[in-house]
Amino acid sequence: MSAIRAKELYKVFGRRPDDAVRRLKEGEPREDVASSGVTPAVIDANFEVPPGETFVVMGLSGSGKSTLIRMLNGLLEPTAGEVHCGDENVTTLDAAGLRRIRSQHMSMVFQHFALFPHRTVRENAAYALQVRGVDRQTRLAKADEALEMVGLEGWGSRLPAQLSGGMKQRVGLARALASETEVLLMDEAFSALDPLIRREMQDQLVELQHRLGKTIVFITHDLNEAMRLGDRIAMMRAGRIEQIGTAEEILNQPANEYVAQFVQDVDRTRVLTASAVMDTPRAVVSDTSSPQAALDAMREGHVNAAFVVGNDQQLVGVVGDEAAAAALQRSGDSLREVLDTKPTTVKSDTVLVDVFDASARSAMPVAVVDSRDRLVGAIARATLLTAMAKLRAAEEAVDNSEPGTQPDAEVSEVDHG
Amino acid sequence: MDEWRIPLGDWVESFIDWLITVLGPLFDVIGTVLKETFEGLQSTLNFAPAWLMIIILAVLGGLARNWIFAIGAAIGLFLIALMDQWEQAMLTLALVLVAGAVATIIAIPLGILASRSRAFSNAIRPVLDFMQTMPPLVYLIPAVVIFTVGVVPGIVATIIFAMPPGVRLTELGIRQVDAEVVEAGHAFGSPPNAILRQIQLPLALPTIMAGINQVIMLGLSMVVLAGFVGGPGLGQQVLSAISRIDVALGVEAGLSVVILAIFLDRVTAGLGTRSTVARQKEAA
Repeated sequence: MSAIRAKELYKVFGRRPDDAVRRLKEGEPREDVASSGVTPAVIDANFEVPPGETFVVMGLSGSGKSTLIRMLNGLLEPTAGEVHCGDENVTTLDAAGLRRIRSQHMSMVFQHFALFPHRTVRENAAYALQVRGVDRQTRLAKADEALEMVGLEGWGSRLPAQLSGGMKQRVGLARALASETEVLLMDEAFSALDPLIRREMQDQLVELQHRLGKTIVFITHDLNEAMRLGDRIAMMRAGRIEQIGTAEEILNQPANEYVAQFVQDVDRTRVLTASAVMDTPRAVVSDTSSPQAALDAMREGHVNAAFVVGNDQQLVGVVGDEAAAAALQRSGDSLREVLDTKPTTVKSDTVLVDVFDASARSAMPVAVVDSRDRLVGAIARATLLTAMAKLRAAEEAVDNSEPGTQPDAEVSEVDHG
Repeated sequence: MDEWRIPLGDWVESFIDWLITVLGPLFDVIGTVLKETFEGLQSTLNFAPAWLMIIILAVLGGLARNWIFAIGAAIGLFLIALMDQWEQAMLTLALVLVAGAVATIIAIPLGILASRSRAFSNAIRPVLDFMQTMPPLVYLIPAVVIFTVGVVPGIVATIIFAMPPGVRLTELGIRQVDAEVVEAGHAFGSPPNAILRQIQLPLALPTIMAGINQVIMLGLSMVVLAGFVGGPGLGQQVLSAISRIDVALGVEAGLSVVILAIFLDRVTAGLGTRSTVARQKEAA
């Protein structure tokens, strides 16, 4: 069961919207329909967001992404199509039903924070629970927990006006988290922040997401942000979703010329992660094995070092062939005494630029671990260089292909709003 | 040209006659309630000795603003007492407070409705324009016809004349609340009434208070005219000063009105800036 599902979703502003939808369904181009005075904001949006996924909707201003997110929680009524949240059809709910869905299943974070200026930070964070009728003591306790999660403990009694932009949005995030809804809608949540703070907030969101596993629908106009946060990205243009895919899919297999143009300037080494280029480790031994076993594994894998793992694939260290051989000669030394317990590791979601850094510091292959420090892969320096060469080739291929339509605006870190 | 003249005035007059026959009992009730409220308030204000009232009002002023204002208010009010206008001033104060309270009670719900419905806002706007720009003395005529001479027509005319800014500024205040903040209320599933109570009204409060301030000030300018129809207080003093060409009394009564006006203005304005929102705006 998907957490959120949009089916043939349309939103047309203006007079006689149903007529416009019919014409769009018959295949009439958006420009023709728009020339009759209506604004087709979202055209035939279809997607499913499984629980726990961060789904980013990326588009420039006017692409319909804000309209799309507001149809998900019923702030805007779709002209046609359906939205499902869990097993409920949001589109058919009455006003009371919509309020229930919003207070219990979906919370929202806003571009300009939308904090209540007359309430303290705590009372802001407790708002959703207040709406739900939770008693004062419980909701303030939950609010404090949420504030601690976003790193604002001790700020509860301040008023929003006393906070910086980044801190205000942390309150906005805490307000959404305190409601403990499974779905989080984030509308350009970091766009109003300056680049350094924005980066910080992105990192914090990624970290929180690791812990909480919410279903997030995140709207942005910043491609780098989309690539950094999104498990999957929907590229929107002029009301239509042009492509849905992982950052790598969108980079490597753009669905059309528009998407290709859009992503061509993206520094792939800052988007692609270690998991995209890593190999299966060729020599892995348990930390209870003998030095002989380690050497055997290295010989079989044609490598000069073996990763040593404990129970549950937990990475313990790395042992080089010389160290293993020396231990074997002294006979009696166990593997544990000779292994290097501080191997160079990267997380599976580390971007390639940082992998280069790690690789340069060590002659041994870089170990790739997941969030619980379990070994999932290895990157030898040769692997990294091969990946680089492939990326160059791919970028040049895009550059050389004659551009059909230029994206209608630049992609940058700078805030447009 | 004479045969083209339309007797609009006559029509309105017969309309009011008709109104009296149909709604007579209702007007009686309204008249009695207003009169009794006024009598109750004015006897309370005049029951206490002047020095006690001066202290009470000065303390109120101090609470609403600061102690410097409290001292100024005490001096000004004491001056009224020294000019022997105290009792008249308290009658006028009672008239303004009753009319201002009724006008506010009517104006705020109308303002809320206007902020929620464009159609209602458009419909009520010309009515408010009419109420505000019709020479205020004109209201006194039908008011006297309906409520007879005395304090009640003065209060009714004052309510009508003073109400419009209360409606307008309530509507404006609510409309000015940041749309995204209101949307946040909706996005967390808050029902419209709770959004009004918890978000829109508190955030619109400084503007609404400015509206109430305007209501009181307009009311004060009107209660003097109420003297023309037998309303008691400083208005009556002004009127008798005019009829007797009594410069001395005119100045004293007029000055008392000014002191009362400044006092009421500063106190109601002070209440507006004391709200949480206004304070946090200052902090920003």
